[in-house]
Amino acid sequence: MAHSFLSIENLTQRFASGKGEDLTVFEDASFGIEKGEFVCILGHSGCGKSTIMNILAGLAEPTSGVVLMDGKEVSGPSLDRGVVFQNYSLMPWLSALKNVTFAVAARYPRWSKAKVVEHSTQYLAMVGLQGDAIHRKPAQLSGGMRQRVSIARAFANHPKLLLLDEPFGALDALTRGTIQDELLKIWGGTEQTVFMITHDVDEAILLADRILLMTNGPYARVAESVEITIPRPRKREEIIEHPNYYLIRNHLLHFLGTRSKVLSGQRTGQGSNRPQTIRLDRMEETATESEDPAQATSLRAVNE
Amino acid sequence: MQQLSTNQRALVLSFLLLVGGLFLWEAAIPAQKAASELTEYEKLTGAGAPKAGVPPPSQVLVKAWEQLSDPFYDAGPNDKGIGIQVAYSLYRVLTGYFLAALIAIPVGFLIGMSPVAYKALNPFIQVLRPISPLAWMPLALFIIQDSNASAIFVIFICSIWPMLINTAFGVAGVRKDWINVARTHELGPVKTALTVILPAAAPTIVTGMRISIGIAWLVIVAAEMLVGGTGIGYYVWNEWNNLDLTSVIFSILVIGVVGMALDAAFGAVQRAVAYAE
Repeated sequence: MAHSFLSIENLTQRFASGKGEDLTVFEDASFGIEKGEFVCILGHSGCGKSTIMNILAGLAEPTSGVVLMDGKEVSGPSLDRGVVFQNYSLMPWLSALKNVTFAVAARYPRWSKAKVVEHSTQYLAMVGLQGDAIHRKPAQLSGGMRQRVSIARAFANHPKLLLLDEPFGALDALTRGTIQDELLKIWGGTEQTVFMITHDVDEAILLADRILLMTNGPYARVAESVEITIPRPRKREEIIEHPNYYLIRNHLLHFLGTRSKVLSGQRTGQGSNRPQTIRLDRMEETATESEDPAQATSLRAVNE
Repeated sequence: MQQLSTNQRALVLSFLLLVGGLFLWEAAIPAQKAASELTEYEKLTGAGAPKAGVPPPSQVLVKAWEQLSDPFYDAGPNDKGIGIQVAYSLYRVLTGYFLAALIAIPVGFLIGMSPVAYKALNPFIQVLRPISPLAWMPLALFIIQDSNASAIFVIFICSIWPMLINTAFGVAGVRKDWINVARTHELGPVKTALTVILPAAAPTIVTGMRISIGIAWLVIVAAEMLVGGTGIGYYVWNEWNNLDLTSVIFSILVIGVVGMALDAAFGAVQRAVAYAE
């Protein structure tokens, strides 16, 4: 098969446990992400989602397997891969603006100070932080505002791959909704490739082009890749009316409810551990052999 | 009373305690008996001579005024103004202290960043730290052969530990997330140390520096009593030898005020580097 923009090959992670037997978190995980794609990964706690994210970020080393981005092997952290951490990870001694300029200056060392500030201010404005608020310290900002700063910091750097580690996990439901909308807005204007961990099924459907489903650990694997057959631009209130919404949602919930356990530890066979592509589309069933070109381009299959 | 703020009420209470304390002190000094009340026997045994007693606060205040109105006079080795004595002490404290900081902070950084260095140096630190700094004095005098430098060395050795331990502790405790942010932004080790670890650990480091300066100021008095010559510690001891208790009490107060000023200065630095998470 052709290599994807980001290609994860036979990734395995084992941790030494005290009793002499190693704990295998996941084994031979393989999947790809295309350029410009928004991919969410769903799975129960302990299946190794965060470990995969840390490996992609270059903050952790896999026991075996490789990660290729643009055909090159990923090793160590890089400015090409931006990370938004769950707990924001803002420097508490810097103002919101300085937290962003610090990152922008690291990315573009040749830019003048004024340009760095202008660029940073612009990205903070894109997530709705303006005026006096950008000069406040993180402790003086609400959780939602802090995560906005963190998102602005990541997008302002134009990484080739943006990694979001449960970015809305610590926020209340209403704030989460607002920031999801802002994330969609800021992402819509870019060709940014995004890989995001989440626990929230509705959030994943709203944001993602594709959702990867992981079975439970140990020996977890990426079992399915579910395409989200709901056209963009999506609006939170509108997508729930879409005929495919509950079809997809029920599929995801069934997976998380039962099949994540049943499939746990099983291999797909043929030595390939690539996820099975699932495409659920009620529109296609009703339409006469739909090959709607507009939809076909917006959906990509990874498993040839 | 109700209309006054907490601060104003505290100020009034402080003032009342001061006045009350001074009054008790003044009243507690036994008055000398008048010569006419003495018995024949007392006169013969010399009880009429003025007794050396603890001076009353009024005398101390007079002494303070006298000293503070001309703090920098220099009338020979054993008669220098209080300003000169304090300046000598401050010079020794600050020299020893900053030499200690120069070593303790970088070494603390190293220990904090490397678990191996921490484990390797920890036994030495644990043994050296509880030694009273004055115990070093004979060895310092023998090796350095200079009393002034020995006093500075004693300050150095007593201020190094709190700074070293706090720096190591602060650096080791920097949140992993912030280090990860530095790593994902490809900051080099020096840049990470200066822009992430230093500001993150600064409150803990400055706390160590504040503890150290406090200890250094405590120790200098004792050190100067031993090495003699100049300084506030020597001044106290010299006035005791002169049986000038008024000066002793006055210099005790000066030691307290200078110590408070040093602590306040580091308190200000502490507030400047503090951050809320």
